[in-house]
Amino acid sequence: MTPAPTAAGPGAVTAEGPLPGRTYDVAVVGAGVVGSAVARELARHPSLGVALIEARDDVGQGTSKANTAILHTGFDAVPGSLEARLVREGSRLLAEYAAACGIPVEPVGALLVAWDAEQLAALTELAAKAVRNEYVDAQLLGAEEVYAREPHLGPGALGALHVPGESIVCPWTTTLAYATQAVRAGADLHLNTLVEQASYDGVHQLGTSRGMVRARHLVNAAGLHADTLDRRLGHDDFTVTPRRGQLVVHDKLARRLVRHILLPVPTALGKGVLVAPTVYGNVLLGPTAEDLPDRAATESTADGLATLREKGARVLPALLDEEVTAVYAGLRAATEHDDYRITGHPEQAYVTVGSIRSTGLTASLAIAAHVVGLLTEGGLDTGPVRDLEPIRMPMIGEAFPRPHQRPELLAADPEYGTLVCHCERVSRGEIRDALASTVPPRSLEGLRRRTRARSGRCQGFYCGPAVRRLFEEGRP
Amino acid sequence: MSEEVSGGAGEAAASADGARGGVVGGVGVEGVRERAVDVLVVGAGPAGLAAATRLARAGVGRVEVLERETRAGGVPRHCAHGGFGTWTRPLDGPGYARRLTRGALGAGVRIRTGVTVLDWARATRTEPPALTTVGPGGLETLTARAVVLATGSRERPRSARLVPGTRPAGVYTTGELQQAVHLFGQSIGTRAVVVGAERVSYAAVGALRTVGAEVVALVADRARAPRTTVQWARLGRGTPLLTGASVAELLGRERLSGVRIRHRDGRGAVLPCDTVVFTGDFVADDELARRGAVALGPGPDTSHPAVFAAGALLRPGERAAAAHRAGEAAAGAVLEWLAAEGI
Repeated sequence: MTPAPTAAGPGAVTAEGPLPGRTYDVAVVGAGVVGSAVARELARHPSLGVALIEARDDVGQGTSKANTAILHTGFDAVPGSLEARLVREGSRLLAEYAAACGIPVEPVGALLVAWDAEQLAALTELAAKAVRNEYVDAQLLGAEEVYAREPHLGPGALGALHVPGESIVCPWTTTLAYATQAVRAGADLHLNTLVEQASYDGVHQLGTSRGMVRARHLVNAAGLHADTLDRRLGHDDFTVTPRRGQLVVHDKLARRLVRHILLPVPTALGKGVLVAPTVYGNVLLGPTAEDLPDRAATESTADGLATLREKGARVLPALLDEEVTAVYAGLRAATEHDDYRITGHPEQAYVTVGSIRSTGLTASLAIAAHVVGLLTEGGLDTGPVRDLEPIRMPMIGEAFPRPHQRPELLAADPEYGTLVCHCERVSRGEIRDALASTVPPRSLEGLRRRTRARSGRCQGFYCGPAVRRLFEEGRP
Repeated sequence: MSEEVSGGAGEAAASADGARGGVVGGVGVEGVRERAVDVLVVGAGPAGLAAATRLARAGVGRVEVLERETRAGGVPRHCAHGGFGTWTRPLDGPGYARRLTRGALGAGVRIRTGVTVLDWARATRTEPPALTTVGPGGLETLTARAVVLATGSRERPRSARLVPGTRPAGVYTTGELQQAVHLFGQSIGTRAVVVGAERVSYAAVGALRTVGAEVVALVADRARAPRTTVQWARLGRGTPLLTGASVAELLGRERLSGVRIRHRDGRGAVLPCDTVVFTGDFVADDELARRGAVALGPGPDTSHPAVFAAGALLRPGERAAAAHRAGEAAAGAVLEWLAAEGI
């Protein structure tokens, strides 16, 4: 094998036009939280040419935006499973990474609330399971203690399991940080690039909507479409059944109502409907869990919203009096397997990352390290490794000072004091910075995810046209 | 002296004021300036400007209006239709907004635009209230002998109405639509459905027609069309009005492709359109009041003796003329408080 050229300077971010004709060392298909983490891990090796290929116009647009934004401890994973190990490792790695990069995390802790005797009994088993997963801080609480911690909880709670290590995190900033760091370290990010064909004859040839991508090694992190790509390469290992999760986001004025992540006692269908604060200062209610045949069914439904409101009314009755600021639905890439399906195919220089459940965000950094290990077994010579240039992400969390709250920043640049989106207090300076960033937004929605502009209670009544003008003037 | 100033210029004017009036201003330890005025009005819409104007005319010294938008005037700024002003002097919204602004400035009110009130620095019932603000000039804490909240109201957007479906582009409230059309000259779609059949809905129809969009239908969940004035109903001429119906779902991925309508009797239909405007269903913009645990009542008095309220904040969707009267009434309550406080 000829030595690959050393990556010099940042990689390219493209969204249109022909793709570079070069043969990459590794192509990662899918720029969700897992694919972006894998690209970042690979970018630590300066001799590798890495391409991150994404069908949508932005990173984190598939199943990654459907999660409930929780940094899990893994206390309730299946002991001994790959998921249990990667969540446990990833949880610690992501907490450190978030602190270093300015990704908002709040260690609010979780309460699994039991509402009947059966659930109360199940808590004891869950506490034991936590210990088997090497999580020893979980503690059973009586009803009185539960209400002392959560005074607005609805009547009828019998007790709870307190899991202090569960945190809330910004899933969006996490994915963007991985992709940003990967690109700055030399990886190319090709957006709007839908993989339509795949074949391997010593080199992977991916036929995409923007032409051919060639790579010596391939990582399938295609999420909802991972099984389709896997089958194109001759494997029949799992089938994705999209599981829709509808979520209702409540006004920040509801934030005072809840202190912990409030979880139901889990059932076979998943972790059930939770009520949780978000790092943006809102309160989240959801998700539903609906198995669907359609991999694009990201619409909310009247039934889904009614179900959530009914469940939310039991857990936190006062929540229903607060305004709803957003409703959205995402698809989780559920499969017939209970555990992650991360499989190396050394003969094909190919690694499949399938069946990543809602814990994928938490586990992402550990999954990335695991995947690179499997690539090495498939013959990838990673060459030397280096520490990546540290990055600081724009702070969009409420528990940390935002730009308009920092006198030194305001003194240096008045644009941070000119608020455009009033509900979310987004300044013109932050919008300008997002538009000039390494992985800039290509839509108003992309700008919203990066800055929170227009994601507040007015949904654009006040700021919509002003934000749109700034976007249109500064878009890439 | 008075002026309408943007936040940036306002900071320069602030120090000049300080020098003239002998106000003790300074920079706090954390880089937050501090300053005191007599009355702070939050919001430069009809209610806030009316309150400030009356206070200044009554001789209150330093009356300052804080407005987070770049221009004073409130909602009328983007209501490019008639119905404002008086019988003898009819005005459109922008003209009315300009007249109110000029009136306030002429009375000696200081209007600072581009300045956002972030929170209460002090909202205890026993001390003068203080607000933390931010603008291009930085953070500032303003203490006042009285505060008037005139923060207005907004229309409930699609999400708060829990309308299911996809999340495509092309979904508006009247406020956003009017600004896009009249203040920003932005393109809107070509076929629009308007949800609601009240005055504000017809204003949305007017804004859509300005940019040549076809209004497919007005959809109202009431059994019968509500009464509107002749002037407003005329705007809706030629537009189908579907009563007893509601929007059950939004369709389309990137851009809206249609709305699913459900009639009370169970019938349903899809109206193809690329734009939908949710009108009316006004809700108070009461964040600041709630942050300070200031309970609002029907009139200008609140649970805080030195904090008053007026306008659409108390009666969401209130018309400009009524908000203006409420602002003047609030000024009366403020004057009584200042007198009782014993200047």
